[in-house]
Amino acid sequence: MAADSGPSQKTEATQATDYADYALGEPLVDTKAPDGPVAERWKRRRFEAKLVNPANRRKHTVIVVGTGLAGGAAGASLAEQGYRVIQFCYQDSPRRAHSIAAQGGINAAKNYRNDGDSVHRLFYDTVKGGDFRSRESNVHRLAEVSVEIIDQCVAQGVPFAREYGGLLDTRSFGGVQVSRTFYARGQTGQQLLLGAYQALSRQIAGGSVEMHPRTEMLDLIVVDGRARGIVARDLVTGRVDTHLADAVVLATGGYGNVFYLSTNAKNSNASAIWRAHRRGAHFANPCFTQIHPTCIPRAGDHQSKLTLMSESLRNDGRIWVPKAAGDERAPSAIPEGERDYYLERQYPAFGNLVPRDIASRAAKNVCDEGRGVGPGGQGVYLDFADAIARLGRDAVEAKYGNLFEMYERITAENPYEAPMRIYPAIHYTMGGLWVDYDLQTTVPGLFAIGEANFSDHGANRLGASALMQGLADGYFVLPATLNDYLARHPHEPVPDRHPAVHEALGTVTDRLYQLLSNQGDRTPDSFHRELGELLWDECGMARNEAGLTKALARIPALREEFWRRIRVPGSGETLNQSLENANRVADHLELAELMCLDALHRAESCGGHFREESRTDGGEAERRDEEFSYVAAWEFTGTGTPPVLHREQLTFEYVHPTQRSYT
Amino acid sequence: MNLHLRVWRQQGPDADGAMAAYDVSGISPDMSFLEMLDTLNEELAGRGEEPVAFDHDCREGICGACGMVINGQAHGPERTTACQLHMRHFADGDTIDVEPWRAAAFPVVKDLVVDRSAFDRIIGSGGYVSVPTGSAPEAHATPVPKAAADTAFENAECIGCGACVAACPNGSAMLFTSAKVVHLNSLPQGAPEREERVLSMVGQMDAEGFGGCTNTGECATACPKGIPLPSIAAMNREYLRAVRKGR
Amino acid sequence: MHGGVSSVSAMALVTRTDRRPSLVSLAWRSTVGKKAVMAVSGLIMLLYLVGHLVGNLNMFFGPDEMNGYAHWLRTIGEPFLKHSWFVWIVRFGLVAVVVAHGVSAYQLSRRDIRARPVKYAHQRQRASYATRTMRWGGVILALFIVWHLLDLTTHTVNPRGEAGHPYENVLATFSTWYGNVIYIVAMLAVGLHIRHGFWSAAQTLGANRPGRDRILKGTANGLALVLTAGFLSIPIGVMTGVVS
Repeated sequence: MAADSGPSQKTEATQATDYADYALGEPLVDTKAPDGPVAERWKRRRFEAKLVNPANRRKHTVIVVGTGLAGGAAGASLAEQGYRVIQFCYQDSPRRAHSIAAQGGINAAKNYRNDGDSVHRLFYDTVKGGDFRSRESNVHRLAEVSVEIIDQCVAQGVPFAREYGGLLDTRSFGGVQVSRTFYARGQTGQQLLLGAYQALSRQIAGGSVEMHPRTEMLDLIVVDGRARGIVARDLVTGRVDTHLADAVVLATGGYGNVFYLSTNAKNSNASAIWRAHRRGAHFANPCFTQIHPTCIPRAGDHQSKLTLMSESLRNDGRIWVPKAAGDERAPSAIPEGERDYYLERQYPAFGNLVPRDIASRAAKNVCDEGRGVGPGGQGVYLDFADAIARLGRDAVEAKYGNLFEMYERITAENPYEAPMRIYPAIHYTMGGLWVDYDLQTTVPGLFAIGEANFSDHGANRLGASALMQGLADGYFVLPATLNDYLARHPHEPVPDRHPAVHEALGTVTDRLYQLLSNQGDRTPDSFHRELGELLWDECGMARNEAGLTKALARIPALREEFWRRIRVPGSGETLNQSLENANRVADHLELAELMCLDALHRAESCGGHFREESRTDGGEAERRDEEFSYVAAWEFTGTGTPPVLHREQLTFEYVHPTQRSYT
Repeated sequence: MNLHLRVWRQQGPDADGAMAAYDVSGISPDMSFLEMLDTLNEELAGRGEEPVAFDHDCREGICGACGMVINGQAHGPERTTACQLHMRHFADGDTIDVEPWRAAAFPVVKDLVVDRSAFDRIIGSGGYVSVPTGSAPEAHATPVPKAAADTAFENAECIGCGACVAACPNGSAMLFTSAKVVHLNSLPQGAPEREERVLSMVGQMDAEGFGGCTNTGECATACPKGIPLPSIAAMNREYLRAVRKGR
Repeated sequence: MHGGVSSVSAMALVTRTDRRPSLVSLAWRSTVGKKAVMAVSGLIMLLYLVGHLVGNLNMFFGPDEMNGYAHWLRTIGEPFLKHSWFVWIVRFGLVAVVVAHGVSAYQLSRRDIRARPVKYAHQRQRASYATRTMRWGGVILALFIVWHLLDLTTHTVNPRGEAGHPYENVLATFSTWYGNVIYIVAMLAVGLHIRHGFWSAAQTLGANRPGRDRILKGTANGLALVLTAGFLSIPIGVMTGVVS
């Protein structure tokens, strides 16, 4: 597997730990992507795919883990086709997956506005927005499918915003020049998720989907090199069971919670994809994380998670900090001349509307200079005084009323009178399990969809594209490609007593036992916070070799301390949230190490990944295409032992890489 | 601030439970109610005691996972979810009672965690539009009058938290059920299954053991998303219409 | 041949019944349907009460008017209906309505109590007084109806009890302290019951809509006030000597 690992293959002088001493493996090639004109590829792939006779579909069982936009849509669609689906979610109901919290909207190349939008333009914007680190074939397919998603969701009864003529309304979003974002007030994710959930519920009630809520996947079962099932724990009874199938689909979302503080749900976690990674699925671009610029800053050490506010606020709000460091006056007491509207100053062309990564980094820079505001100096002002003066308070309220209300509820400050304070926060992870064009991982029979995979967004995701990708994968892409896999690989049932099944079950129960029996003195949360702070400091908005090397030295020590000092009260036979948490933190402690290594090895700046060593003379991010125009897919070799890097070279036939510039 | 908590502790579905008293100190007014419970739980876990189990996830007031009765009110004194309730609404030295949702159809799983799967079965009985993936017509084929779209949205906002059931003296799920019936029945896309939907969903709601509606209005008062009481009237209207139409 | 056809149609019938017995029985078994029965029966009783009150106000016009009105009631529908038939039809109708109202109330209440078996440790005041007193108010009214019939219809407990002389019988009732107390308590209960009941019936029958809530509540309050005040005016009239 791990090919040649001679010293010549090592990058940089990063000898801090053995872990950084990774080997370079065989390049990865996406064998499923058809060639030919990009606009024909998806059509061709679907036609070339083998099909399963409708009468035989009932004989195939597919496991789907997760019930968010991708998982919910996939479970419902596969069941509609006639497959037997066994589905899992850790929440008490499939309706609660964190897709529900997405606010802004969903992109689709409908061109209802007659403003020059097209599938090709959405494709172009997404490849460029991803800073040329995604695959053209995948992105084009995403743009094609986007139009079908809107049709599907409208037919399901998703209450999108409409105009008085009864037709769908759209708005523009983050740095795009057309109005292609469909929305349902500030709750688009909720409405789309409920649509998928309702479709799924119909299949559950009809008996086609066997739903296991409050059940968490803890390992993947691989038999004869193919994914054939999972080990899952019933969170209420504590029972650990194996579930077997012909294919396994992971729709378990991103891993932003590695940072402890993020806009992810408290229980979102990386365990499913990390367990799959340990079982042979390569992990791609783990360092590509998205930091959202407009979140409510933390109020103190008690903070358990961060809350995002729609970036539409930047349309009318002006971002500033005091010119002088350590200026502790109230914002109203700082005269105009002593304010620094730093985005408008640095990026006159785009001003407050620069892309997410740039706005986030600029905020970090001014805070690092000691000019941040609010508790701990970790915040910048987002000021609506000018907008209120220009448009009137009523107009501002009509546009942003619900966001202002949310801000006031959380901070007890009135944003109509004093400027809001905002700070960037971890929001989305572009990295994830490596998948081919069919969304299949490097473990045959194991598929990853939605945020759980790495594809489509490259190094930076555009606003309103996450919902689009999750639903594209779930409703349209996976149901087509999974057919092909099942048709080509008729499976004999796996006996319950198969050694691989036994081994996976044993691994899980041993680990749970270890967590429960350890007589330590620290809580899972205390480790999680410590890990999160370390990652935020060293592998957050700006990264450098020294910091990443330091993190790579610290993480194994923290992991060792975790297993020595962890204390989990209660038993494994009942609902035990400390146990769930501890198990997730244990996986985060391994994933964090890979993230830092990936960030260290990618010595360029691209999208959300900013390496301080790689910047232009003007201090902007500098991509280095000659060296890094590839997907970094990491192969697991053991906890704490150096992984193997497989590169998938990216080629651009239609959208030619250029350096982004917003000044 | 320092607070006296009395929290319902119950080891499992069949175990007996009781209110247990805890004192917490150093609570910041900026904490959410759940962060206050986190503080208690870290303390308990530090002492090797089992933390208080409670459902929570997004902590942004949208997933509907959290839910507890705080001083006799579902989600506490503010009209929002427990995760968006901040401690500044309490005073130093307060005694706060925290109990799980109480309803026969929501059996307690542990401590403050209850089983709300009855809601999923109500949705499964008809809270959908039967439109298999790929079979949808072009989105603009059927314009939807803005008023209908707005009514649909207002009702679609329901987060399924169960506060309506918890607040209702009869443990009734009428507000929850009506929100989905009204959402889908107001739209042309939901029209073909209009009668079938309301009959099945009301049937399932009754079968789950929820109580009937006595129009006390407690549900709408407790609803963090402001689903209005007239939605129940609208569902009644749909139901009686379906009965009259003989379907 | 003939047998075959009928068995097919019988089967079809069976299948249909299997799926959905009959909508009326389905509705009666559902909480929403049963509640609609309560609403309709309640509204019929309310309508009756309005008529009853208007008729009773004849008390203020002296014995001849009152007794004449009572006599007229028995002649309604003649010659199509025989003497007193109308009154009996109304009585039977009312009994059916009261039974339907009571039975559904009883069944729904049992269900509601089962649906919330455990009370909150932290009790707090919920809903309005009228809402909270619907059940006990209903029981009080049921008992009152029994007494009222024994008093002024069968005259069993009336101090005077002379058929065809309702004016005198009513005076007799309100000349006893307990007669007044029972009547006044019951009329207050009627007011509270209508106050919540009318609006509730509108809600149950789907007549409420977002913009209509206040009008319905206002109407409920108005009806409750008028009926209570109207009915109370009679014992008060007797007590103050306006009616004698």
